[in-house]
Amino acid sequence: MAEYKMTTPLTDEDVEKLKIGDIVYLSGTIYTARDAAHKRLVDLINEGKELPFDLKGSVIYFVGPTPPKPGEPIGSAGPTTSYRMDSYSPILIKHGQKGMIGKGKRSEEVKEACKKYKAVYFGATGGAGALIAKRIKKAEVIAYPELGPEAIRKLEVEDFPVTVVNDCYGGDLYEEGRKKWAKA
Amino acid sequence: MREIKYEDLVKSVKAMVMHTATHLPQDALNALKKAYEEEESEVAKSVLKQILENAELAAKEERPLCQDTGLAVYFVKVGEDVKVVGGSIKDAINEATEHAYKEGYLRASTCDCFDRHNLKDEVGYNLPAVIHFDIVKGDKIDIEYAAKGGGSENVSRATVLAPAQGKEGVKNFVKEVISNAGPNPCPPIIVGVGIGGTFEVAAKSSKHALFREAGSPNPDPELDAFEKEILEELNKLGIGAMGMGGTKTVLAVHIEKNPCHIASLPVSVNVQCHSSRHAHITL
Repeated sequence: MAEYKMTTPLTDEDVEKLKIGDIVYLSGTIYTARDAAHKRLVDLINEGKELPFDLKGSVIYFVGPTPPKPGEPIGSAGPTTSYRMDSYSPILIKHGQKGMIGKGKRSEEVKEACKKYKAVYFGATGGAGALIAKRIKKAEVIAYPELGPEAIRKLEVEDFPVTVVNDCYGGDLYEEGRKKWAKA
Repeated sequence: MREIKYEDLVKSVKAMVMHTATHLPQDALNALKKAYEEEESEVAKSVLKQILENAELAAKEERPLCQDTGLAVYFVKVGEDVKVVGGSIKDAINEATEHAYKEGYLRASTCDCFDRHNLKDEVGYNLPAVIHFDIVKGDKIDIEYAAKGGGSENVSRATVLAPAQGKEGVKNFVKEVISNAGPNPCPPIIVGVGIGGTFEVAAKSSKHALFREAGSPNPDPELDAFEKEILEELNKLGIGAMGMGGTKTVLAVHIEKNPCHIASLPVSVNVQCHSSRHAHITL
């Protein structure tokens, strides 16, 4: 288990360093999207239209934050369950996305896309929304404001703590961790 | 007939809902601290530490513990000798819920089942609340409340077993549900099990079981022993905090049992994430 500090956008070299269980402190720009926004992004790709942000090297955070209190950039902002994005993520990865942040299991297709196109799935601590929000310095809605908490936000983060769950070598921390601690 | 003013009911429920979003109750905190002390996996221990730090920060700065501030779920017992003046109990609870979620900067999470549009403008902000009423003796209104997140509801399951499957069948079903859930419901979790009644009674009991103080003994000694037996089995699964692998997957198992039909054995498993936000008031 290693610890890294990384700045977005991520490169193939960044992704190749990472193995399951590694802790990464991310800084730079990341984007938020949940199911509804993912569907729209994939529709744009299929129609050959321009996306609201550059996918190349991007990290997408699966989150629907609470409304910010006056004077704050964002409300509580922990990860949502990732499987709802499983049918969309492989397409975005194919078009240059390098990182995903969420919680919970991913499909074989997502893991396969991480291997084939060099991408990584990070886990953040679910239910730690107040703590995580402290690492988000700026937030701005850049697309689909009508989706409310599900709109696409551009976040500036500093040392945002995540753990590598699926690396680009086919590793799965949930499977390995469970195997290690399961008692027959 | 005792009277309670509509405004007073709204005020009390609203205060409870707002407080619950930012303050993890003592029973959940104690259970998490114990899990932190006993966890053997270093990775899971670091996750538990973050969860405890989050609870401390949320309370200090009055920030929501989790961005999923849940649907508002109530179990309400209304005494036969008490009456709310100036409006209905149901309206008061919905009004309190809407105001608390708006003023507390909590998330509105109710939407249409199919087109998924948020219902905050046409039905109300995070409305409707989910309210289970019961009529009881006395002149009090007793309200149990929980902010119930979606991730742990998504892995909850109900079934009807054949009577011959008995306790072993119940245990196996619970194990199957929790094993399949894996990291998704934000472990360490609390597992509510409703047994017996009809199909919907089992489901409702499994939800109500989650309102008991985490780890408090079941008043029925047989069920208490059964809870401990299931808890031990579940913690052998190795899922651990946030599914990273570990010895503390489940903080507590709570069972509620009801008489059932001679042909059936309904069982429901309702899962509560580690952010077990619940409260109880009596008016």
